[in-house]
Amino acid sequence: MLVLFCPHCQEKREEEEFGYGGEAFRIRPASPDTADDDTWADYLFMRTNPKGWNWELWSHATGCRKFFVVKRNTATNSIAGSWTLSDGRKVYDAEGGSQ
Amino acid sequence: MKKDYSIWSLFTKGLNYNEGWDPAWRSAELKPSYNVVIVGAGGHGLATAYYLAKEHGVRDIAVIEKGYLGGGNTARNTTIVRSNYLWDEATMLYEHALKLWEHLTEELNFNVMFSQRGVFNLGHTLQDMRDIERRVNANVLNGVDAQVLDAAEVKRRIPILNTSRNARYPVLGASYQPRAGVARHDAVAWGFARAASKYGVDIVENCEVTGMDIVNGRLQGLQTSRGSVRADRVGCVASGHSSVLAKMAGIRLPIESHPLQAFVSESMKPVLDTVVMSNAVHGYASQSDKGELVIGAGIDHYTSYTQRGSPHIIEHTAAAIIELFPIFSRVRMNRQWGGIVDTTPDACPIISKTKVKGLYFNCGWGTGGFKATPGSGNVFAHTIANDEPHPLNKAFSLDRFSTGHLIDEHGAAAVAH
Repeated sequence: MLVLFCPHCQEKREEEEFGYGGEAFRIRPASPDTADDDTWADYLFMRTNPKGWNWELWSHATGCRKFFVVKRNTATNSIAGSWTLSDGRKVYDAEGGSQ
Repeated sequence: MKKDYSIWSLFTKGLNYNEGWDPAWRSAELKPSYNVVIVGAGGHGLATAYYLAKEHGVRDIAVIEKGYLGGGNTARNTTIVRSNYLWDEATMLYEHALKLWEHLTEELNFNVMFSQRGVFNLGHTLQDMRDIERRVNANVLNGVDAQVLDAAEVKRRIPILNTSRNARYPVLGASYQPRAGVARHDAVAWGFARAASKYGVDIVENCEVTGMDIVNGRLQGLQTSRGSVRADRVGCVASGHSSVLAKMAGIRLPIESHPLQAFVSESMKPVLDTVVMSNAVHGYASQSDKGELVIGAGIDHYTSYTQRGSPHIIEHTAAAIIELFPIFSRVRMNRQWGGIVDTTPDACPIISKTKVKGLYFNCGWGTGGFKATPGSGNVFAHTIANDEPHPLNKAFSLDRFSTGHLIDEHGAAAVAH
């Protein structure tokens, strides 16, 4: 059972309160009308799926119902921290993006 | 050349206190180069090597494995074999596998204990029953045996199932595939390993791929924990670790790796002689020949490479099984485990060439790969040998995520199967 910290509620709660939202900070094609099929496929379907540190979205589904980001190691399940989306983005960018 | 197993060999070795059995396969050292290297010595990888040697005349093959043979998802599934999928492409692929299963014991001279005890997919709502009828009709049109059963017939065939009208999710009926069943998971890996080894295939365990040598878009060879190896063609059959291998080749896959848990009970006298699955209540169960109930349900929602999951998934699975079979409420569970499954957006596998010449992927089987083991190896061997997909896996290319020709099998896959 993962125990996650919700940065909105400032509470540590068990995984069952949360919903998993997949990889964080995926960027939608900037110009949807001109993006080709491969660009769309990459955005919609392709995943980094790293074995190691992963930035991921969680929603506090039975709590405040807000989304936040977690940095979790998929090889060990250890968690580096939780952030709101905007704060998490700053940390993510400072690290130079995913992996 | 090893001798075939037979009643005579069993008898004579028995007289000799079962001393003197040969190892089933030859443990090999990695040579500097091969015609074909298969990455992953699970059922699918070993089947690929076997069919490459048998049907395509390729003899210079290595199967390399980072752990031990058959120690990944081959050892971590719930052994259900069926082919009652909805769409033509998926149905034909799984039916191809089921037909190979029916003769696999004779083919490999290894008892894979394939038991065609039938599979029930229960319907609990009117919409469930409509979906079941649609799927059964699609199966019949594709030549797959399938039937719609009403609740009374389900009750007659599975007396211990809770078919009370007062159940929280009353059973309204089921789809039934008589030719479906279960097989012995380890025997499949061992049987294919032994049969492939007879053709001279090198099986190298404890050999992890650490890098790929790619020059001008063509694969030259692999870096491994046991040194480098050159190979004309490499087939990756690494289930949950496919994304890790693809990254070495600069390829992105539409795969997420999730833990899938399952567990078995203590051994009991025979009580359940078929396989029962329920999408709505969300669980499935069968009884092994040893008498254990083999139970599973859905994946853990988060991605992970840890071969374990969260306890609340086990709790929900157990609750579903007791909802279906109240008689099991005091059965004690014996073992629990998790495997890392490679799920795709359309719940269908990827058996495909890649943009790197000489590199092939067979992955994305998600929660339902075991049932396809011989068929998967058979068509993947064809794909590698001819550098072209077999007609049965043409629709399962990596391109389909760009062209939009997804094969949505979430309905037939439903509970992790």
